[in-house]
Amino acid sequence: MLEIRNLHVTVDEGTTKRPILRGLDLAVGAGEVHAIMGPNGSGKSTLAHVLAGREGYVVTAGEVLYRGANLLDLPPETRAREGIFLAFQYPVEIPGVANIYLLKAALNAARKHRGEAELDALDFLALVKAKLRLMQMDESLLYRAVNEGFSGGEKKRNEILQMAVLEPQLAILDETDSGLDIDALKVVANGVNAMRSPERAMILVTHYQRLLDHIRPDRVHVLAHGRIALSGGPELALELERRGYGWVEAKALETAAGARP
Amino acid sequence: MGNQASRLDELISHDYRHGFYTPMEVDSAPAGLSEDVIRLISAKKNEPDFMLDWRLKAFRHWLTMTEPRWATVRHPPIDYQAIVYYSAPKSRTDGPKSLAEVDPELLRTYEKLGVPLEERELLAGVAVDAVFDSVSVATTFKEKLGELGIIFCSFSEAVQHHPELVRQYLGSVVPYTDNFFATLNSAVFSDGSFCYIPPGVRCPMELSTYFRINAKNTGQFERTLIIADRGAYVSYLEGCTAPMRDENQLHAAVVELVALEGAQIKYSTVQNWYPGDKDGKGGIYNFVTKRGDCREANSKISWTQVETGSAITWKYPSVILQGDNSVGEFHSVALTNHWQQADTGTKMIHLGRNTKSTILSKGISAGHGSNAYRGLVKVAKSAANARNYTQCDSLLLGDRCAAHTFPYIEVKNASARVEHEASTSRIGEDQLFYCQSRGVSAEDAVSLIVSGFCREVFKELPMEFAVEAQKLLGVSLEGSIG
Ligand SMILES: Nc1ncnc2c1ncn2[C@@H]1O[C@H](COP(=O)(O)OP(=O)(O)OP(=O)(O)O)[C@@H](O)[C@H]1O
Ligand SMILES: [Mg+2]
Repeated sequence: MLEIRNLHVTVDEGTTKRPILRGLDLAVGAGEVHAIMGPNGSGKSTLAHVLAGREGYVVTAGEVLYRGANLLDLPPETRAREGIFLAFQYPVEIPGVANIYLLKAALNAARKHRGEAELDALDFLALVKAKLRLMQMDESLLYRAVNEGFSGGEKKRNEILQMAVLEPQLAILDETDSGLDIDALKVVANGVNAMRSPERAMILVTHYQRLLDHIRPDRVHVLAHGRIALSGGPELALELERRGYGWVEAKALETAAGARP
Repeated sequence: MGNQASRLDELISHDYRHGFYTPMEVDSAPAGLSEDVIRLISAKKNEPDFMLDWRLKAFRHWLTMTEPRWATVRHPPIDYQAIVYYSAPKSRTDGPKSLAEVDPELLRTYEKLGVPLEERELLAGVAVDAVFDSVSVATTFKEKLGELGIIFCSFSEAVQHHPELVRQYLGSVVPYTDNFFATLNSAVFSDGSFCYIPPGVRCPMELSTYFRINAKNTGQFERTLIIADRGAYVSYLEGCTAPMRDENQLHAAVVELVALEGAQIKYSTVQNWYPGDKDGKGGIYNFVTKRGDCREANSKISWTQVETGSAITWKYPSVILQGDNSVGEFHSVALTNHWQQADTGTKMIHLGRNTKSTILSKGISAGHGSNAYRGLVKVAKSAANARNYTQCDSLLLGDRCAAHTFPYIEVKNASARVEHEASTSRIGEDQLFYCQSRGVSAEDAVSLIVSGFCREVFKELPMEFAVEAQKLLGVSLEGSIG
């Protein structure tokens, strides 16, 4: 599904270019759920944004293949229509645009891209209502401006609602669990689990084991110093919870030093 | 950040689609303004003495006035002696009597603009008066309206055929001393539309004027006068375009509305004068005075405007609420892109008892655009139980544009209730990327955002106009968030 090879990414900071990702490798197969953990500022959101096609990040080396084809050449909206979905760590507010209009425009753009007919208003509403129930969200949120005045938890739920409506092939959830109360976490996890399927891949960026208690990942990776410093099974997350990131970072630095001539 | 800003700019940049010029033989006055020019205009139009006197009084008064300086707009000084105050397509002799007499070149121009003047081709239910440079070239459906006693014709014709109505109402809402530009208009206005709806008649179709500035160095000074007699109803639409030119052109119009007892006037404008190019060169200076008078009880005047064109827009469609229980409304969308400037809003003057006014203003700024809402709500001592509700929203596309709000409230009667709400939101790269990450292109995202923002105003427009307005905003914003 997704293959990232030797990815190097920098961001512009005024005159200097600051490297964030420095040789990241990652492969996620169809049907798999991978968790990415790592210290604050290690580049997890950067990776998510690069996959979604955000401007302002410069890929200086490496490649990303999505379903066998080069992903990095595609504009963000095409990536979305091809089945990539990013649940934002910080969902933005869009004043004046009712949630339901954005959902409808998004779904129809993808359907058009796939050569399918646009959904009419009634079918669309039926679909959205079913997903609302899944996310235990109030219908009134559909008619409010996108994320405007939503509580932190409502915003995160809204991201997963969009995912449920759009049914992506590859979903990247950037800290969707942060800011959710205990019950909401369960609702979101149920929503995500309901979407697990042999055709769909998911990447969960998270800091906490508690999300992984509900959504059991196939693989857990630690992002440190710009690359995947360590990978393992679900048990790795438990070990990180106990020991923190210090030991992984130390190891990553060693490897980096060793790699230098 | 720099190239992100320019990407948003690209999104709202667009080519002005009505920018062509129609070569025509014209009959025009020499450039400049003097009593002689005014006498010439009046003579060309074969006006009765009262008109010439009124024009001359206005001119003499104008000489004592100076341009207003209080608006937030900036422009180089205007040379009033370099402007041509009268220009008419030559082929026309004495005002068009029927479409057959109109120069085919003119008809083609209007067709190109999407305003067909052939009656059979017209959208059912819209009668059009087309004003080209300074003169009215055609008024459609005149006879059909005549059967109901409705007078809908060019201002010049009204002066000839209904001088008593003109004399009674001209300047009764906007006196010739009103303000610098209205006074100038009073002196030199060459044509415009006139409309009278007799008592108890509901005008069965939308009446519409389409204004076009064509000639170079010409100012357009038209004057519209609409009178709805007791219990009458009329919905009136106004549209405008101009060729692209590097020089600025002045448009100083006056619109007067009079609503008598129980009458209703709904006046809608889609203003798309040439805004200038993306570097701020050229464009129309749109300095317009529009005012309605709810002169008797239970009358209602409602202004709806979509202002997307012009280099500078300076206009405040207002309502004087004289009659008891009268209602005034103002719904506005004003868009400024590139270097456009708008200072627009309304005045609601409450004089009668139980008068009610609503103001809904939506300002959109993009590029280096500057957009100001300026509104006055005045409640006189006599206006017991007056109500006003004002909502004023600004949408900023990008980070180099500006929005300002200047709400003035003067209340002299303690029973008044005046409410004001305002909001400002900014749309930037983050919002665009969010939409794109959902599969919606940046262009579609902008139009989604803008049409969402304008929805409440658009629903006040007649159907065809709403579609037109939506399209206009679509093009005006092509290439826009910065
Ligand atoms: N557009 C940008 N301009 C400048 N610096 C950036 C930009 N985007 C990311 N960075 C920097 O890159 C580093 C990685 O940021 P990123 O958001 O990817 O971290 P993260 O792993 O998601 O952290 P967290 O766990 O706190 O969410 C940070 O130091 C951040 O300041
Ligand atoms: Mg992050």
